[in-house]
Amino acid sequence: MKTIVQFLIFPGFLFTAVVGLIASWIDRKVTARVQWRVGPPWYQPFVDMVKLLGKETIIPKGTSAVTFLTAPLVGLASVTLISMLLWLTLLNPGKGFIGDLIVVLYLSVIPAVSIIIGGFASRNPLASLGASREMKLVLGYELPFVLALLVPVIKAGGSIRLDEIVASQMATGATATSLSGVLALIVAIMCMQAKLTLVPFDLPEAETELMGGAYIEYSGPPLAVYKLTKHMFMFALPIFLVMTFMGGFGPSPISLILGLLKYVALLVIIVLIRNTNPRVRIDQAVRFFWGPMTLFAIVAVALAFLGW
Amino acid sequence: MAEKRRTIIPIGPYHPLQEEPEFYKLFVEGERIVDIDVRIGYNHRGIEKLAESKHYDQIVYLIERICGICSTSHPIAYVQAVEDIMGDIEIPERALYIRSIIGELERVHSHLLWLGLAGHFLGYNTVFMWAWKYREPVLDIFEVISGNRNHYAMLKPGGVRRDIDDDAIPGIIKILDDLIPVLDMFKGAVLDDPVLAARLKGVGILSKKDIVEYSALGPVARASGIEIDVRKDEPYAAYDRVKWNVITQQEGDVFAKAVVRILETYESISIIKQCLQKMPKGPIDAELKDIPPGEGIGHHEAPRGETFHYVRSDGTNSPVRHKVRAPTFMNFPTFKASVIGERVADATIILAAIDPCYCCTERMSVIDRKSGKQLLAGEQLIKLSQERTKEIARKMGRS
Repeated sequence: MKTIVQFLIFPGFLFTAVVGLIASWIDRKVTARVQWRVGPPWYQPFVDMVKLLGKETIIPKGTSAVTFLTAPLVGLASVTLISMLLWLTLLNPGKGFIGDLIVVLYLSVIPAVSIIIGGFASRNPLASLGASREMKLVLGYELPFVLALLVPVIKAGGSIRLDEIVASQMATGATATSLSGVLALIVAIMCMQAKLTLVPFDLPEAETELMGGAYIEYSGPPLAVYKLTKHMFMFALPIFLVMTFMGGFGPSPISLILGLLKYVALLVIIVLIRNTNPRVRIDQAVRFFWGPMTLFAIVAVALAFLGW
Repeated sequence: MAEKRRTIIPIGPYHPLQEEPEFYKLFVEGERIVDIDVRIGYNHRGIEKLAESKHYDQIVYLIERICGICSTSHPIAYVQAVEDIMGDIEIPERALYIRSIIGELERVHSHLLWLGLAGHFLGYNTVFMWAWKYREPVLDIFEVISGNRNHYAMLKPGGVRRDIDDDAIPGIIKILDDLIPVLDMFKGAVLDDPVLAARLKGVGILSKKDIVEYSALGPVARASGIEIDVRKDEPYAAYDRVKWNVITQQEGDVFAKAVVRILETYESISIIKQCLQKMPKGPIDAELKDIPPGEGIGHHEAPRGETFHYVRSDGTNSPVRHKVRAPTFMNFPTFKASVIGERVADATIILAAIDPCYCCTERMSVIDRKSGKQLLAGEQLIKLSQERTKEIARKMGRS
């Protein structure tokens, strides 16, 4: 019972959804200010969700309705789980389990998989092109992302428990205060940008090329679920990086506020990257991740081994 | 022949890429484009036929509405065609200068508009918003001069309809001077941005030979190193009375086209400023006599290339034939050379790189490329269209 409440309300679905929508408002507002616009009021993302939920669901002819409709839910469930795991670890120090870092790592691929399934289930050439791009993107960024996460693991003395990583950073300073940590954080931020499919890595949906790509056939509530997943991911993923690279935070109020500030800083970096870059091509994106980013990550891991 | 599976990616008839309805069919294998089919004709309004039922002075209003972006390039070409029929008419100097000023102001706002759109197509919405923000002062100049932000209604056969107030000139020059640092910023943002360079350099290359073979025009041709510009080649209005350069680049890729457009904007500002300073006092239009039977042509270097008008008169007060050829019509076929072999991700920016203006292009004059014969009659057009549909159906059935 307690787990269900945790999953559905706090710190799971409801909490993540509300904060995620507020994060998406910050994204929209900062974007608007950068582009000399006024931007929407704070409640706009909520209104958008309500509107989408009230719209008709159209299932394209000849698709498997079950696959088409469950694909978004898979992504939503996994993001909720990530957020729940992270916050439970943060709020109850010492209560993690061995390998929760790896669980989170795995779960963070699921939203991309749900986009791929949904895109291919749509039976639309643009959607399958979007899905195939997403697939290539996943292949591109997962390697440097995992390599970058090795750095905090090494710093924490080889622990793959999130609470131990946070505790060791609290004792000896955040990962990002060392040279290897900074390098790995840069790589992780780039991978995060791709995981969130934001410009310059928004290839799977590329509005002006693919008209929304993988999402093209989605309407109404399933589309709302996809959008919500993306917004929630925008909350959960930076929190993950805050925990592994930026020292994390504990349950005390001051520590919480400090942690949220670190999160907002990461969010602003994401938004600025998204507004000062054009979209890259898929081959350029993969080359970018397999080339310089993987190299950076390997150097960071080597430096971490040397104790830098 | 080995049959490969081809996917058809449709761009259009309605697509966020385009502000107007057009249909590009991209035949792709994976992400690579192997063929393209361009269907135009969704925007046909029968303007040439309408022109035959209007008086010479009414036609200016009509053709100004061919296109909202380059709304003055058609009137400039048209009034020159009418004046060509008249032959001996003397256009006042001041009117010629004002024509040049309006034409160049339009180029400034149109190139900024393109820059914004190009940014949008690349997912770079900040450039989109900024370019359009800095385009606003140019529209303000238009409002000061003509009272309208678009459709300036400045042209008439024999001269111009409105004078530029001498008191307004310092203000206009100040707005233009303020645009220079903005252009410097955009130039820096485009030329130095490594991601933009990676996206645009070496993409959609048109060689000199392609340009000649497809008879491409305007910035598209100039970006491939062909120095073609009617303002220089066959000067009209006041273009031979001021100093300016034709901007060319050698590479022929999308990046070169962007550079050509940005640098041309500097030239336009310089032309406007020189015209405003050199403009002599005097009348702004000439007395028009009856228009004699005969034919005349007029052209203007619109922001997208040469706009060409042909008018035939039989001595009455309406033309018997009015033919408009917009630059996009000539630039369309270059897609065959520039898009094939590229990736889908690049297709949109290549298609956008000629700055296509469909509403200009579509008064439907279809030329059969094999025989070079012009098919104008309605039934023939319908027949051609039906044959085309059959052909496509047959092709699709086979592959």
